[in-house]
Amino acid sequence: MGTISLKNISKSFGPTQVLNNLNVDINDGEFLTLVGPSGCGKSTLLRIIAGLEQQTSGDVLIDNKNVNKVRASKRDLAMVFQSYALYPHLTVRRNLETPLRLRDYNAFERLPLIGNFSPSKKEKTESINQLVNKTSETLKISELLDRKPGQLSGGQRQRVALGRAMVREPVAFLMDEPLSNLDAALRVHMRSELSELHNSLKTTFVYVTHDQAEALTMSSRMAVMIDGNLLQLDTPQEVYDNPSSLSVAQFVGSPKINIFKGTADSGGTVSFLNVNLKRKSSESNTDLHIGIRPEHLEITNESNENTFSGTVAYRENLGSDIFFHVNIEDGSNKIIVRGLPQFTHQISNGSSVNIKRVSDKALLFNQAGMRVQFTNA
Amino acid sequence: MEAKQYIGEGWKHAILIIGAIVVMLPFYMMVSMSLKSQQEIQSISGGLIGAQETQTFPVCVKTGYSEETCTMKPYQYNYWFAFEKAPIPRYLMNGVIVTLSIFIIQVLVALPCAYALAKLRFYGREFVFSMVLFCLLIPVHGIALPLYVMLAQAGLVDTYSALILPWTISVFGIFLMRQFFMTVPDELIDAARMDGMGEYAIVWKVMLPTAIPALLAFAIFSVVAHWNDYFWPRMVITGNRDLFTPPLGIREFRGGIDSDEFGPMMASIVTVTVPLIVAFIIAQKRFIEGITLTGMK
Repeated sequence: MGTISLKNISKSFGPTQVLNNLNVDINDGEFLTLVGPSGCGKSTLLRIIAGLEQQTSGDVLIDNKNVNKVRASKRDLAMVFQSYALYPHLTVRRNLETPLRLRDYNAFERLPLIGNFSPSKKEKTESINQLVNKTSETLKISELLDRKPGQLSGGQRQRVALGRAMVREPVAFLMDEPLSNLDAALRVHMRSELSELHNSLKTTFVYVTHDQAEALTMSSRMAVMIDGNLLQLDTPQEVYDNPSSLSVAQFVGSPKINIFKGTADSGGTVSFLNVNLKRKSSESNTDLHIGIRPEHLEITNESNENTFSGTVAYRENLGSDIFFHVNIEDGSNKIIVRGLPQFTHQISNGSSVNIKRVSDKALLFNQAGMRVQFTNA
Repeated sequence: MEAKQYIGEGWKHAILIIGAIVVMLPFYMMVSMSLKSQQEIQSISGGLIGAQETQTFPVCVKTGYSEETCTMKPYQYNYWFAFEKAPIPRYLMNGVIVTLSIFIIQVLVALPCAYALAKLRFYGREFVFSMVLFCLLIPVHGIALPLYVMLAQAGLVDTYSALILPWTISVFGIFLMRQFFMTVPDELIDAARMDGMGEYAIVWKVMLPTAIPALLAFAIFSVVAHWNDYFWPRMVITGNRDLFTPPLGIREFRGGIDSDEFGPMMASIVTVTVPLIVAFIIAQKRFIEGITLTGMK
């Protein structure tokens, strides 16, 4: 099986604390994404799971066994690296065989030439060949087996790297930004392939990325890490709809969530600019950050107490959607509003527009950046 | 191309050609003298190969061969007599044994050492590396005497060990390979660890194959240096002619009762030099790569 538990993991390099008392339980068969801006410690955490890095304190448990003292090579995990890290001097076939040879052959059988005299080697070689062929068929790389990594394209190397990880049927796959070296189209394509692969293998995946889109699209749960802290660990939908803090809300979602300066009056009623949300927050008499996602705002012709106005600074046309970067009138904010092309095609840069909220959705955060709940619906 | 540019290029080539002549001239003399008779050599006549008149060679007769055996063309005589007078094949074999043993042991020591210095984190690594750099500064001749005394105490003078042992740890090799290993991405090593390789397996199965160009450059430096070395074999091989390396062997032709006979001497030098030149031509491209590699870092 493949459960991984991290208990109170901390890591520091000299005086710099990179990971701060992290607790994560990864279920068997789960696709867990570690996501965060670069430098947040997500790769370090993955390397600690792999055994390539030693944690300063805390425990790593794989299948409920403490593996703190177990070396990377003995943890039965497979890893896919950002640069693929294929052996440049070996053919694709030998690259795929390498982990199997190391696992199946004993020390004598690995010796050059005289190793061939071992009676059991032939049988093992056959089973290795079968596994390699099976894996290369799954990944559609059979015709590449006799080439060297240098003769492959980025996408092909990516597949070979996946194959080298798969062939051993490990307890879990660890992936360190495996798609970030691919071009945009291929990256989107590989996302769906990886998801399919995960569905068919039913093995635990731990996936590190700085791209929140990858995390949202592929994972069963995602762990948002910022500055060495685990801020939220939940399903992608929950993280998107219900972020636990301002940083998570700002990190997840593209384009970024709009943050307005607002206040809660003595009764807890929340308002920003000239708009009254007509809802009460659990904290009263304080300044708040109000987060509204671009798709929850709309450009309108109306002008009333529910709308506010601004000037379009930049019009970003994505075909299916148009995003308007709007400077709000009082100069306090620059926000992003989603518009549907059929309604907003005549709006150009420099136009004055009114903006209203399309739904009740808004997220409140206090001055410390922590989430504040509404008290009424 | 304009005429001006031709002149500029012409200057460059003229200078390069002069340089080439200066470098090639001794080799020309060596080959030429190995083909000519003693009289032609001493009177500086006969061009490259001389007249090649069949004659009887007095030194040969003096050495005890019949006049009939000693009558032949000069080029035949020079090479034949060189091999007759000294066991040149034996010297060449010694050269091969010594240089290859030195190189193989140097690699066995330098690769794991360079790997540790480049890729493993351990307490005191920087200090060890600075010691390696420090050792690069020590001239061989400075420590020759203590080395000799130690070998003498161990009773190893006049053995192959005396020729090989002092050179088995090459700080230059460690330094060169360490610099090369620094350029190997860490992820490759991590991938090997995840695949189940131990650290030694990584050195021999991952680092060694990727380091072939650097290793070849080092091989040429090492082999050339020890094949041509005269100083050290001269010190530790005191009497046993069976252990003579090629440079020591050439000394056999110097002076002595039969006066300086340059023909056979040059013939022996040609024989000793040819293996290196052939090896160099084969590895020429790599050698130049190797120099740029060390120059770059």
